[in-house]
Amino acid sequence: MIVAKRKPFDDVKNMIKDYKRVLTVGCGTCVAVCLAGGEKEVDVLNAELDMARKLDDNPVELSACTVERQCDREYMESLDEIVEKNEALLSMACGAGIQFLAERYPHIPVFPAVDTTFIGVNQDVGWYEERCRACGECVLDMTGGICPVSMCAKGLHNGPCGGTNNGSCEINAEQPCAWYLIHERLSKQGRLNSIMDVVPARDWRNQTPGTVIQPGYTKKSE
Amino acid sequence: MELKSGSNLEKVLRNGHFAFTGELGPPRGVDVEEVKKKAAFLKGNVDSVNITDNQTAVVRMSSWAASIIAIQEGLEPNYQMVCRDRNRLAMQSDILGAYAHGVRNMLCLSGDHAQFGDHPQAMGVFDIDSMQLIQMTKKMRDEGKFLGGAELEGSLEMFIGAAANPFAEPFEWRVHRLGKKISAGVDFIQTQCIYNMERFREWISQANDMGLTEKAYILAGVTPMKSVGMAKYMKAKVPGMDVPDDLIKRLQGAEKGKVAEEGIKIACEQIEEFKELKGVAGVHLMAIEWEHKVPEIAERAKVLPRPVF
Repeated sequence: MIVAKRKPFDDVKNMIKDYKRVLTVGCGTCVAVCLAGGEKEVDVLNAELDMARKLDDNPVELSACTVERQCDREYMESLDEIVEKNEALLSMACGAGIQFLAERYPHIPVFPAVDTTFIGVNQDVGWYEERCRACGECVLDMTGGICPVSMCAKGLHNGPCGGTNNGSCEINAEQPCAWYLIHERLSKQGRLNSIMDVVPARDWRNQTPGTVIQPGYTKKSE
Repeated sequence: MELKSGSNLEKVLRNGHFAFTGELGPPRGVDVEEVKKKAAFLKGNVDSVNITDNQTAVVRMSSWAASIIAIQEGLEPNYQMVCRDRNRLAMQSDILGAYAHGVRNMLCLSGDHAQFGDHPQAMGVFDIDSMQLIQMTKKMRDEGKFLGGAELEGSLEMFIGAAANPFAEPFEWRVHRLGKKISAGVDFIQTQCIYNMERFREWISQANDMGLTEKAYILAGVTPMKSVGMAKYMKAKVPGMDVPDDLIKRLQGAEKGKVAEEGIKIACEQIEEFKELKGVAGVHLMAIEWEHKVPEIAERAKVLPRPVF
């Protein structure tokens, strides 16, 4: 899932300080699962904002609405009516959801209430770890299912580097060395051959905006 | 004899001499005199001198600029380049520029993570890694092409090197990683500082068995210990460094005020052994902020005079 965390309260409060009617929009998918921007978090944020603005003698009329997915047009329609009654929107979705909301209502300011961090896994309640950086060229076949792009601090494709430290990364003893783990796993599977050859320089063109059209579908605007 | 670069270091190695290289860290500012002062201690005592590239991720004068100063001072630079600070375009243009100014040796490195340095907020570039930097430089030299495939005008004759760490876990992978660097195209290797001689002997013997020492020249890394504190710090804090307790004990056993002398003695003993060790083609002396000791160490390790071509 996409993992996000709420921005510092004062930052959020500051973004909407000049608006008197604000709608906070949650998202019921990834950010709800990682406890950052679902229905519950929307209510908590609104309660905090409400109280803080009263204390500042600058009251605000806050409403709340959480849609199933802020990244899907189908679910956004339900917002149309309520959005028009507000001066600004506060989105608790991931960066994609926030932008999709802003794109749908270009005449209304949209502010982010969360920082989108990574694509990760749920280790335990409230504990998430990064596993993927959506690089667009998956090498997990070669690396025994351990990602060198997101798990190696240098994103090396021919690791480990000289800084590997008894299984830890040079940046931090708590951070495992991805290439140490890759070697260990492939060795146990008898597949060390898959990292014997030099991996050539890769294609980082994923830094330009991507579009995916699945087989059998077409880009409807064309 | 057909040379790949015609560098002094290449000639020394190709003629079967035991190579002796040094290191010079560029200044944290614009003080050219500091570079000249360090260079004076190295001149005539080493075959080539590594010019470090923002080592430990701390901003310093660029390694190509300090390499040019080294050339002006009569030293042959071994231009270090890390993958942390620039992408493939900047790297290739820097290689061209350095070559145009007379640089003929290059050392391809990943680079310490920015977190260690004076700009921990910096974005680590790592567009390519050290292995791919070797491949790219070799392609520029041997095929006359840039990584992107376009033709390079003129010929770039570079002696290509890389580092190797014979110690870090997983130990059994170490020799294979050396093998990968050799198949990527290195001509020479300079190892991490060696303190655990037993492990190094094992590693070089594996490299001999795999035929790797016939495909590239291996220079053994030596850094004399200045103090017990330095030895303990390296053991505890420097990732990838293997400092045996026996060595620390030996330094502790030195007379008061004689620890540095004992450190130099140990380094000279190591160099004597490397001269005889099959598969070792030379020594890379990293006398960190101790350049003024290089003439004495070279003398005592009996590596002088250096061959002249």
